Amino acid sequence: MSDANCVDLAIVGSGPVGMAAAIAARRHGLKVAVVDEQPAPGGQIYRDVETADAGRGAILGADYVAGRSLAEAFRESGASYYPSATVWRLASDGLSWSAPAGGGEIAAERILVAGGAMERPFPVKGWTLPGVMTAGAAQILLKSEGVVADDAVFIGCGPLLALVACQYLNAGVRIRAILDTTPPQNRMAALPHLPRALAAPGMLAKGVGMLARIAASPVAVSRRVESVELMGEGHLAAVRWRDPQGSHEIETERAFLHQGIIPNLNMTMAAGCRHVWDERQLAFRPETDVFGRTSLAWLLSAGDGAGIAGAKTAALSGEIAAHAVAYDLERLDTPSFEAATRLPLNARRRELALRPFLDALYRPAQGMRVPEDDDVVVCRCEEVRRGEIARAVAEGCPGPNQLKSFTRAGMGPCQGRLCGHTVVETIAALTGAAPEAVGYYRSRMPVKPVTVGEIAGLSFENNLREKSHG
Amino acid sequence: MFRRLETGARGRVTVNVDGRPVEMEEGANLAAALLEAGFSPFRTTPASGAPREPYCMMGVCFDCLAIVDNVPNRQTCLERVRAGMTVEIQDGAAAVAKAEEEL
Repeated sequence: MSDANCVDLAIVGSGPVGMAAAIAARRHGLKVAVVDEQPAPGGQIYRDVETADAGRGAILGADYVAGRSLAEAFRESGASYYPSATVWRLASDGLSWSAPAGGGEIAAERILVAGGAMERPFPVKGWTLPGVMTAGAAQILLKSEGVVADDAVFIGCGPLLALVACQYLNAGVRIRAILDTTPPQNRMAALPHLPRALAAPGMLAKGVGMLARIAASPVAVSRRVESVELMGEGHLAAVRWRDPQGSHEIETERAFLHQGIIPNLNMTMAAGCRHVWDERQLAFRPETDVFGRTSLAWLLSAGDGAGIAGAKTAALSGEIAAHAVAYDLERLDTPSFEAATRLPLNARRRELALRPFLDALYRPAQGMRVPEDDDVVVCRCEEVRRGEIARAVAEGCPGPNQLKSFTRAGMGPCQGRLCGHTVVETIAALTGAAPEAVGYYRSRMPVKPVTVGEIAGLSFENNLREKSHG
Repeated sequence: MFRRLETGARGRVTVNVDGRPVEMEEGANLAAALLEAGFSPFRTTPASGAPREPYCMMGVCFDCLAIVDNVPNRQTCLERVRAGMTVEIQDGAAAVAKAEEEL
């Protein structure tokens, strides 16, 4: 392997974590490579921030535009950057990536997984229909292309749903309706966390501002929505829902779903580090120390991929993880390490003050996470419905991994990303076991689908290294 | 229908979409450009032949798969528009039936 492909730190992902980590690691003189599936840096939160013009910046807001200076510093950091490259294997010796025009390998002393978050599955009737996408997907279309849809129905709960609705209002795009599925009891549950949240700089005011913006708009908002059904033959045609006022239905060709975000787990799961169930965030996450070190010495994970905390926190966590790598590789002595991490650790503590309040206020409803209707598709790829999972469990299927052989759930191209948490919580609800005890799908390499040719193309030298490790 | 808020400064190129020429902005996100062009569905599922369109737009759901330049299973949300590109619907159920016939 050529010298250029041997680094101290390989970073998977160039969102706020990856960019901030690369900048900090380069400052310590580390050799850094950053590999990202997207063609430009920014992650999903700052997607295409380098090319968005002033008009789009005005629609998306100041928090989005703030990503530009981070992307600039990242470009100038001296880290090797591999865009449009999908990492499909990572191990103690390094990682393998693939791209349409070929792939490669990078040997690394440490790997930082900065894979960010994905939207929580929203398993309701009809969620696989064309015309239905996530609110995050709608926002990506707006961020990267300025592409929007008129008369869509926004459905769900969480800050992102309100943010995308506000961005649509800023752009002058008509919204047909907003169906708020936030359980009403969440307000009481969130109240004890409010005093601490008030200490978080600016964020609460931003949230209140978004809700006021929506309330002042002509958009019809239905609250306390208890059930949602997306209807149509071959394409979405109508949304039906139930709230305390009764049953309602409106015609629409577009619906945007959202009920929070969860860590993008496949990379850390496949690497084999320890994961824990986070009951406050209703998701698995890799177990890490405050610096991002996982249970594996060569692997770190930081940002939303290690537990949802938002973009500002993610950048701080990326910086902190880079300091830890420099320290662990003996490029920093203890006093310098403590000095370097003091400010970002304190800043992160302030940012995190809002999180318990947000997690409680926007905890998604059980009925929207764990379907009770046997007809609801849980695994989108293999079209496995809730009823088949219930039957498998009744026949003695003990967990998610066995469910694969019972039903094929989790065995399609998305590799369980879109059904994992639904399967865990459904099995937990059916058996009475805790999600932690149910466990998650065992992910394996390749982390993303690749051709057999790419696996065969692994360098001989690297195979030898793996054997000598094993 | 999806629409573009502003016409970009990028040049326009022709992409062959299911046999008909469609003008798109060069370098645009392919899935976004296809949605704007009304391409639907992107694929059908191998299990039941159900139609699908992009769901996540960030590379995790695989519902935006299509045949791009004769290569199946391309995630169109991760591709950029290039001149002369061809895009075809990926008919999952039909592909399974054809493979079974060949066996």
